Amino acid sequence: MVKIDTDKILGKDDMAKAASSGMDFTEKTRSASFLQKDNDVLFSRSLQCGIEIMRIEEALEKKKNMRKYYGKAFKALNKEYPQNTNGGYFIRVKKGHTVELPIQACLFLKKQGFKQKVHNVIIVEAGAKAYIITGCAASRAAEESFHLGISEFYVQKGGYLNFTMIHSWKKDISARPMSIAFVDENASFISNYVCLKPVKEIVMYPTAVLQGEHARASFNSLILSHPKTLQDIGARVIFQKENTQAEIISRAVSLGGKVVARGDLKAVAKNVKAHLECRGLVVSERGAIHAIPELETVFRDVDLSHEAAIGKISKEEIEYLSSRGMTAEEAQSIIIRGFMDVNILALPEALKKEIKELEEKTLKGSF
Amino acid sequence: MLELKNLFVEVENKPVLKNINLSISSGGIMVLFGPNGSGKSTLIKAVMGFEGYKVTKGEIIVNGKKVNGLSVDERAKLGAGIMFQHPPKVRGVKLAQISEYLCGDNNKIERLAKELSLEEHLERDINSGFSGGEMKRSELFQLALQGADLLLLDEPESGVDIENISIMGAVLNKYLADKRKSALIITHTGYILDYIKAKSGCLLIDGELWCSGKNPKDMFEEIKEEGYEHCRECHGKN
Repeated sequence: MVKIDTDKILGKDDMAKAASSGMDFTEKTRSASFLQKDNDVLFSRSLQCGIEIMRIEEALEKKKNMRKYYGKAFKALNKEYPQNTNGGYFIRVKKGHTVELPIQACLFLKKQGFKQKVHNVIIVEAGAKAYIITGCAASRAAEESFHLGISEFYVQKGGYLNFTMIHSWKKDISARPMSIAFVDENASFISNYVCLKPVKEIVMYPTAVLQGEHARASFNSLILSHPKTLQDIGARVIFQKENTQAEIISRAVSLGGKVVARGDLKAVAKNVKAHLECRGLVVSERGAIHAIPELETVFRDVDLSHEAAIGKISKEEIEYLSSRGMTAEEAQSIIIRGFMDVNILALPEALKKEIKELEEKTLKGSF
Repeated sequence: MLELKNLFVEVENKPVLKNINLSISSGGIMVLFGPNGSGKSTLIKAVMGFEGYKVTKGEIIVNGKKVNGLSVDERAKLGAGIMFQHPPKVRGVKLAQISEYLCGDNNKIERLAKELSLEEHLERDINSGFSGGEMKRSELFQLALQGADLLLLDEPESGVDIENISIMGAVLNKYLADKRKSALIITHTGYILDYIKAKSGCLLIDGELWCSGKNPKDMFEEIKEEGYEHCRECHGKN
């Protein structure tokens, strides 16, 4: 396979930006790649059998039997979604295929003031298993730009999808991801979200619908909030069938921005088990965290729980570490790093290590 | 190593320590006795420079340098090391991380962890779910890795069972055999005296230092038999 000459198509500086959202340009650790800059798909290819990856418009044109999925999740929940999208990826993991190396996709903002609106469809067919790492990043030049990402996930019977999204924006970018996942019988959908860089505003409330028995969903997020930032980030799980399970875990650290951490577990079937956990750390006096956990049921036979805790770093902890020779800044930094624990993300070791390294690199010099 | 000159310390605007004069030379071990509330922990915390322990008069000298006004970490870098009586949990920060920060030598970390039965604790959040004894061992472990010259030990044996006291005592004794190291040790039970070669003790009552320099074992026996009331009487006579 020919190596992608990304240097030529993206340039060194932008490549580093894309890499900060998890893009591996060597593709050594990946099974498929997709990269869209503004409206242009720069490359899209699969390195392993069982994976289809292409621009959404191409999929709609070539794959007639896939058309039915486009917009289906939104219609099913009576949700409107913008029609004026341009690009986005179509990823399909075929029935029974296990893809150990992650599939990578990156949506990149380049032009100043550009409004990128994409529509993604991800299908993991019956018994298939895949990891997807998807990054959103912006070039230095992309001032006051905007990203809208519509994503539909279909994890079919017995399938497994582990989806990690890394946002690596900058202080003047606004983003609106809109995601819905439909999870069938015995299937699992895991969503990991990491946002450590500054951003102007992110509003997202992805939903997973567990529509088959023994379906599972898990949403895990690590959020670092910089000054002059609003991150309104949540996750919702709707339990439509019995014996379904879910977990929502978030860690938010405010260095001066505002975080709204939402979570909603809604049981419309019996024998549902789910837990919601939100922890926040307000480091700066100007920072704000608002945790809004919600549990809903019309049945008695459910086990829904939540715990939310918000606080500051205690003086005792800082003094304790200082007495070992750390400056107050070093102590604060190690506590924040510890708090933003990548172990809450449900990831295989290799990917966890990768995300941890990315986190270390991003956090360096962040505070 | 540690010198306190005419030291006065206030906590929440109340005078706690009054005119403390104390000197521990390199290689010296001083045992600090005194009833509850006499100001022993305050003394140690003031030496370390913790917030809320205000020195209103006098000098604290660590390793020949006046540390009044220096931050906690600066004092630690000058060689002071404290064993917390009630160390806080630090969520997300593993004992291994602190160990690596304190000491670049992984072999040393492993060896000492084994000696203090802390191998399994390295990957745990510091002090989280540690028993009383485990906390003390972890504190001693960190101090040894830190290589502190002046150990400030606040009741190192409290909450530790006999078997673990002997483990800690052995580690401590070995550490203090180095003549560059010294220690100020608070003890209520006196158990620790069986393991370390302390030559002098002192008594803190009502924020004042009485009776400095006597043999700590003799002092402890006397306190055990006669109680601190006896000390007050004796002090009154002199």
